[in-house]
Amino acid sequence: MSQPSISKSMTIGESGLAVVFAATAFLCVIAAAKALDAPFAFHAALGAAASVAAVFCIVNRYFERPAALPPAEINGRPNYNMGPIKFSSFMAMFWGIAGFLVGLIIASQLAWPALNFDLPWIQFGRLRPLHTSAVIFAFGGNVLIATSFYVVQKSCRVRLAGDLAPWFVVIGYNFFILVAGTGYLLGVTQSKEYAEPEWYADLWLTIVWVVYLLVFLVTVIKRKEPHIFVANWFYLAFIVTIAVLHLGNNPALPVSAFGSKSYVAWGGIQDAMFQWWYGHNAVGFFLTAGFLAIMYYFIPKRADRPIYSYRLSIIHFWALIFLYIWAGPHHLHYTALPDWTQTLGMTFSIMLWMPSWGGMINGLMTLSGAWDKLRTDPVLRMLVVSVAFYGMSTFEGPMMSIKVVNSLSHYTDWTIGHVHSGALGWVGFVSFGALYCLVPWAWNRKGLYSLKLVNWHFWIATLGIVLYISAMWVSGILQGLMWRAYTSLGFLEYSFIETVEAMHPFYIIRAAGGGLFLIGSLIMAYNLWMTVRVGEAEVQMPVALQPAE
Amino acid sequence: MKAILTLDNLASGLVTTIWTPVFVAIFLAIIAYAFWPRNKAAFDEAARLPLREE
Repeated sequence: MSQPSISKSMTIGESGLAVVFAATAFLCVIAAAKALDAPFAFHAALGAAASVAAVFCIVNRYFERPAALPPAEINGRPNYNMGPIKFSSFMAMFWGIAGFLVGLIIASQLAWPALNFDLPWIQFGRLRPLHTSAVIFAFGGNVLIATSFYVVQKSCRVRLAGDLAPWFVVIGYNFFILVAGTGYLLGVTQSKEYAEPEWYADLWLTIVWVVYLLVFLVTVIKRKEPHIFVANWFYLAFIVTIAVLHLGNNPALPVSAFGSKSYVAWGGIQDAMFQWWYGHNAVGFFLTAGFLAIMYYFIPKRADRPIYSYRLSIIHFWALIFLYIWAGPHHLHYTALPDWTQTLGMTFSIMLWMPSWGGMINGLMTLSGAWDKLRTDPVLRMLVVSVAFYGMSTFEGPMMSIKVVNSLSHYTDWTIGHVHSGALGWVGFVSFGALYCLVPWAWNRKGLYSLKLVNWHFWIATLGIVLYISAMWVSGILQGLMWRAYTSLGFLEYSFIETVEAMHPFYIIRAAGGGLFLIGSLIMAYNLWMTVRVGEAEVQMPVALQPAE
Repeated sequence: MKAILTLDNLASGLVTTIWTPVFVAIFLAIIAYAFWPRNKAAFDEAARLPLREE
């Protein structure tokens, strides 16, 4: 391939984006000057600084790069784009540790309330959304973006679409996290669970997410592999549905264009239903579909075995898509929501058990013929245990959605235990497993720095999860039973404060479990850091030795 | 005469009910596609896709 020497000039993307960011910086400065409240002024200033930095980076990158953009192929092989994947992997590890740490802090605050030190910024009410957003959207989101960019390139055998666009997605998404997280600490929230960021952060996320969808979609469209691999279907469902959920749940009218406060368009029970349509499908499409994509790519790859049943994966996918979207009302049992809607939500939640377990079986049985690897490869063990936790929490979820069970479990710690068996066991472990695979691949290393450390991580984190969820099960059921206990005269047997007192030992055990999970993640960060720093580089096979296909 | 395509009618009654059999039919078609004997070879090949890339 002889390339004619071309004169160097900025692409339309480079010059256009630089102009847009320059204009954004200007607008942000005006917004900061006219701001009605201090947090909005801070965020506007942050936006201005980030926009100026973006202009500088774009121009600097232009001067540093050769005249031609990176080729799509080198010597007939796709020239995969690993930069944005490395960035997202790094951010995932960073936010993961931050999120687990904040979780440990608020767990300790519940056990020992004095730990909030009477400071408004670290009250439970502000740190709790910081914890949930940091682990779900910052840690989980970066894992999903990193793995989706990797899987879509590899399984389509084509370079990621766009030059600046993938960078815009990964940096723009992390800027959204920064704005959302600092907002929580400063008291900026629209008070919708898992959708706390205010209107301007929502608008920014919308732009970033649309670009994410385009990058992913265009990469799929220009694929060299005729078949669209099942993991890409799951990723696409995740990206599209999150866009729809975000737009559906968040329409809001700001009090002023220069203030952080807004009012959500929906009111009353419609708002509640929209919120849990959003909330439960965030579980279904962010925390499930996206991570199932990881399962369908990383487990076969790591085990060196084909997917157990590709047919089952197709049915798994479509059954999940058709059923999940209706399950939200189970969050609103015994509320003002119409009774038929509650029953509908319960019915679809129970039906969801089937595709969930179909997927679990497909993931586990992919190990058939390679079960021995569970003893020797702690990374694969982590991935497989995550699927087992997926099976466990997708059994528990439908059970808890049954109205009579829900009448005991709702508003108790049982819910917290359920959420964490899914979050720590399924999402956490599948993410750890994926990162342990992805980091050596993306940085072109032969393998991990230490499998022994992975083993330590696995056992410490598993012990942490067991402590966490068993403490919350006991605590939750105890709490539920105490709330509904009546004396022979028909009075409530326990005052509320007595039920709170009964929780104390379990809160300490839970904090200990969370602490172990955090220690595990620190071991992981060290291991990945050393893999990148001192890991042996993988020797690329010379092209001439490639067997003919 | 009563208008048929009003927002009220879209939100209740026959127009919404029709989606249930439509979705069920689409889902059954997907199951048939997944189990169609002629597709088996292609799916077995696709199951190995992560293993044969470079």
